[in-house]
Amino acid sequence: MDLRKYMMAAGLLAGVALCADGGEVASPATLKDVEALQLNLNIVWTLLAGVLVFFMQAGFAMVETGFTRAKNAANIMMKNIMDFAVGTVSYFLIGSALMFGTSAAGFIGTDGFLMRVFGDPADWNWTFMFFQTMFCATAATIVSGAVAERTQFRAYLVYSMLVSVLIYPISGKWAWGSLFAETSAGWLESLPTGAFCDFAGSSVVHSVGGWIALAGALVLGPRIGKYKPDGKPRAILGHNLVIATLGVLILWVGWFGFNPGSTTSGIGDIGRIAMTTNLAAAAGTIAALATAWLLLGKPDLSMTLNGSLAGLVAVTAGCNSVTPIGALIIGAIGGVLVVLSVLAFDRLHVDDPVGAVSVHAVNGLWGTLACGLFNAEAVLKMGDASTGLFYGGGFGQLMSQGIGALSYFVWAFGLGILMFTVIKKTIGLRVSADEELKGLDITEHGNDAYAGFQIFINE
Amino acid sequence: MKLIIAYIKPERLNAVKQELYSREVYKMSVAPALGCGQQKGYVETYRGVIHEVNLLKKMRLAIAVNDDFVEKTIEGICAGARTGAIGDGKIFVVPLEDCIRIRTGERGPAAIG
Repeated sequence: MDLRKYMMAAGLLAGVALCADGGEVASPATLKDVEALQLNLNIVWTLLAGVLVFFMQAGFAMVETGFTRAKNAANIMMKNIMDFAVGTVSYFLIGSALMFGTSAAGFIGTDGFLMRVFGDPADWNWTFMFFQTMFCATAATIVSGAVAERTQFRAYLVYSMLVSVLIYPISGKWAWGSLFAETSAGWLESLPTGAFCDFAGSSVVHSVGGWIALAGALVLGPRIGKYKPDGKPRAILGHNLVIATLGVLILWVGWFGFNPGSTTSGIGDIGRIAMTTNLAAAAGTIAALATAWLLLGKPDLSMTLNGSLAGLVAVTAGCNSVTPIGALIIGAIGGVLVVLSVLAFDRLHVDDPVGAVSVHAVNGLWGTLACGLFNAEAVLKMGDASTGLFYGGGFGQLMSQGIGALSYFVWAFGLGILMFTVIKKTIGLRVSADEELKGLDITEHGNDAYAGFQIFINE
Repeated sequence: MKLIIAYIKPERLNAVKQELYSREVYKMSVAPALGCGQQKGYVETYRGVIHEVNLLKKMRLAIAVNDDFVEKTIEGICAGARTGAIGDGKIFVVPLEDCIRIRTGERGPAAIG
């Protein structure tokens, strides 16, 4: 007989031989076995999702460099890679303890420094902390876009460390502390009007990053040549919209780890959350396209790209609690908001090269508040009580969302202004005019991102 | 009629344009170029190895002017491009035999406008 049949027969015989050994029958799975399997499933899913969120770092890097000039490309790459490296180490040493250590008044953590909290080498918490580190790094890297093309690299490193050590973890505890243990719960989780809802971090991650970005852009001032003497804005064109698009698509893929991964469990909801995430992103893309087409006359690629991200950020808070229709509406409004916001900030002379503030702060705020309107856990038969205004839940959730959103604004923006002002007055924040004109690649790093290319420096 | 060719540092382009505009010189063409003069080049590092760059990035302006605009244009370029450091660039004044506007067919000083 041929080889295949021979191998099947051999396999069958081996199987029979094994079963015949001692004449034992496999015992039925116990509850403990099932729990162990579920735990391992949780670990597998959460880790995979964490890796997807890590990949978002590449997305941010590509978007930011695509929207800025070639002479600063290496600098942007440095900022993005250092955000992650500094963030990882800072969060490991200190940040994770402030975020998930035993709570003092639900405000700040007090133990667990250097992640000395787990004994078992297969402990769930290793995976959990890996996942949380990725989120911290995501918040940190949002700011590099808004302060691009004119910030001293060493000033940026200081900021990056401070956000991962202090700003992100403390406010992260407020909404997510109990994810680790009941003893590390945050004050926003037990508001009288209902627990603050921020499933994957519209506030915790994106608003924090976005408001700090706004603070940075304000303290820095606009790039040279951004505003004409009469105050009208000038377009400083991104040098590679192709790579910017790639960046947005990478972010979109990464978001399928960001949102569904926030279940930190291998359960059926991850499919639903991926759906709401995707729907909001698509709606945001279309809405931004329509808004830009209407207001600016042409279907602008850069605005459309911002729209995709806006939808993603906006649904991040409610991705677990809203209906698909709710996700579409939230994303669509986000898409409209981001275009209007970019135009508004330009008019207010806040120079934000990549629209970071409009995407992350404005839509982080909108996404947070949207939970108060669109949460539909009762309708979705999820058992939990969180239901927003539009689904008959009254104003309670909306009030909690408002309280939370305001706290994150005050914390992130306030600390951001303080931090950047102190940096400005001590080691210096902005590069000199000559350095800015020559390009940060050559002046800050002595590197040439596009050696061999002729870059047209026009301003 | 003269053709003024200037090599300047790329980051001075905007300043040069503004100086020319203020002297009512609006028409020009700009192209990227590599060049060196007396400058010994600057030092760049790539993966730990220092290397000297001898052909540096410059911008090449070409401006066709009537004789009464020559000095103004030279002044404007110098004002915008001069930094005092080596590598500021050079200006060449070249006699121009004829100039034709493609759209209308005009020739000579009128075509330069």
